[in-house]
Amino acid sequence: MRYWRGLAVTILVVGVTGLYVSRPQPLPASTFDGITGDATAGEITFAAAGCASCHTAPDSDDPSILSGGKAFATDFGTFFAPNISTSGTHGIGAWSDLEIASAIMRGVSPDNAHYYPAFPYAAYQKADPRDIADLIAYLRTLPAAETPSKDHDVGFPFNIRTSLGGWKLLFARSDWVMPEPQNDDIIRGRYLVEALGHCGECHTARNALGGLDRSAWLGGAANPNGDGRIPNITPGGLDWSAGDIAEYLKSGFTPDFDTAGAEMAEVVRNTSQLTDADRAAIAAYLKAVPAVPDP
Amino acid sequence: MKPKSILKITALVSAAMTGAAYADSHVSPEIAGAMAARQAHMGLYNFNLATLGGMAQEKIPYNAEQAAAAAANLAALSMLSQQGYWLPGSDSSVEGSRLKVEVFSDFETAAKIGQDLALASAALAEVAGTDLASLQGAIGPVGKACGDCHEAFRTPRN
Repeated sequence: MRYWRGLAVTILVVGVTGLYVSRPQPLPASTFDGITGDATAGEITFAAAGCASCHTAPDSDDPSILSGGKAFATDFGTFFAPNISTSGTHGIGAWSDLEIASAIMRGVSPDNAHYYPAFPYAAYQKADPRDIADLIAYLRTLPAAETPSKDHDVGFPFNIRTSLGGWKLLFARSDWVMPEPQNDDIIRGRYLVEALGHCGECHTARNALGGLDRSAWLGGAANPNGDGRIPNITPGGLDWSAGDIAEYLKSGFTPDFDTAGAEMAEVVRNTSQLTDADRAAIAAYLKAVPAVPDP
Repeated sequence: MKPKSILKITALVSAAMTGAAYADSHVSPEIAGAMAARQAHMGLYNFNLATLGGMAQEKIPYNAEQAAAAAANLAALSMLSQQGYWLPGSDSSVEGSRLKVEVFSDFETAAKIGQDLALASAALAEVAGTDLASLQGAIGPVGKACGDCHEAFRTPRN
């Protein structure tokens, strides 16, 4: 009897401790102290972070209408990008800046639930709060779309959001993948690639639980929708010059004058809005990451 | 021989070899022929676009005569009937094809992109031989039409 009682207490303590350490943790209230968002600067952050690529309607070319609805098929189910327009009913219009920032940088909803990592908060957590304040200021200038968000189609056990706290502990690492960039260009490129641009979300292979394999960072991955393969963009798979990479991110033309296709065309629509210096920084970073051999 | 010329010739030879490979695969001769023809067509777009894009990006010197000829080729290519190329069954379920099957259920989008390409190519052909600035100003919509089609109807490489 004493054994079973001890076991029950142990399980209870471990369970409660686990729930506590993996609880949703919104940003501290002081996050935006002394920071005022600039909507003009936020438009560039909006492009760099690729918000429109996921949150516009599936049949829309208008990056300002963030009504959501695009489907993202994964091994864990199908996720639908939510409405993040300024609608007070269906979007984020009624949320505070801190609530929006907690969603973006911590993957925590205003009602204190974990978001699924189909939303790349694991990358955005590395963003500068000033950039996020600018982004939020820009989002607030966009029109409201009165389209209800669709429920994700995720089966048991992945539909238990509490478990996402454990996923975050294991895989949502806040440290940089490239710990010691060699110059300012690469530091800027690291920020654009690892944080805002969240390039690793598609270009890095995942383990069975959906965590990114940082040992093969940007080394290419299976396309979750089954079409082809997301390419290796390390020097082990991409032999373009830094100038070629920057040009591709600007015009969509490859060095042999093919054009970007599939999801990458959306990305180029975003990177084409960046400055030449930022595109060069991304290129410098991609030339500096460790080469991952092609399979 | 310049590296760019080698690249172009390699691309065309590869396209031709790919076409020949279809003959040995399990697809019907009609499907194999359609795939080879449309990829050759795309190869010709690419060949001429490489000349124009190389000049626009100032990787090769601007040459008015060559620019005008390449742009005229693009415009002519965009007006050719491709009706026989796009056969159901020639999508990415067949080895060697990266065509998304959606092209067969979304004819409206495909036709609109084809029209955009024809208009953009015609506009480029009008000015490509004028000067470099005119070429640089008119090539963007051509690239956009190419990109729109690849975004909607081409799968990533395996």
